[in-house]
Amino acid sequence: MRRDIFQAIADPTRRAIIGLIALQAMTPNTIAENFNSTRQAVSKHLRILTECELIKQEHQGREIYYSLELDKMKEIDDWLAQFRAIWETKFDQLDELLLKMKSQTKK
Amino acid sequence: METNLLFEFTVNKAEKTVYITREFAAELPLVWDAFTKKELLDQWVAPKPWSARTKYMDFEVGGRRFYAMVSPEGMERWSIQEFTSITPKTNFKMYNTFADAEGNPEMPGSAWDYNFSEQNGLTKVSITIFNESLARLEKMIEMGFEPGFKMSIDNLEQLLASLTKKSDLRF
Repeated sequence: MRRDIFQAIADPTRRAIIGLIALQAMTPNTIAENFNSTRQAVSKHLRILTECELIKQEHQGREIYYSLELDKMKEIDDWLAQFRAIWETKFDQLDELLLKMKSQTKK
Repeated sequence: METNLLFEFTVNKAEKTVYITREFAAELPLVWDAFTKKELLDQWVAPKPWSARTKYMDFEVGGRRFYAMVSPEGMERWSIQEFTSITPKTNFKMYNTFADAEGNPEMPGSAWDYNFSEQNGLTKVSITIFNESLARLEKMIEMGFEPGFKMSIDNLEQLLASLTKKSDLRF
């Protein structure tokens, strides 16, 4: 399987899903209600998260509940978060520079 | 700054590759300039409180950019970028190596591929960084991440911290 945990957290919607079900286990429908995207799109994210073994399914009666695999979450190394933080900071700085460049070209 | 601009960041350790995609609220020519002109690059590529200083930059195939990341204490970390392919306002590729202050490269380096596209006034930049060794990928992170920079808090770190707390409460 090509997927790993880093792909799971690379997408903002998937990070939001992780944040949601960290609070409590949820059904796919309840999760989807929290997003503007289609159910289909949310299902795809859930599938990727499951393939990355970041979340797990539990059957309760006829419903499926998704919950977090907490041990797996901790596998996300510090260095990745650090590297991501560097890029986030750089790009925020570039946003500011582009704003400045735009206002200069308008003058 | 609060934005809803796309930002994706993926590390594939098996492929020794980092994938970064980011949207910018500006037209493509401006974004292209910000990535390819030294006086603009120096204004944003160093995460604060570091700064960037480009000694020279010849943006042409076979040309080089020789630049330093400068710490708040004035410590310099030099790198060389050699441009291997340029398609104006669409794509450029370069090979990046760490270097000493005299410009002697420390091999191996990493191969960078930048793609630019514009849609509805937003410019999307996709960056692929391939490292020959995972150890170097980790060094690349260390080089850009000194104690003084730790003040920059990552959203993900916060999320993970809050998740850990919540899990302690639940279980």
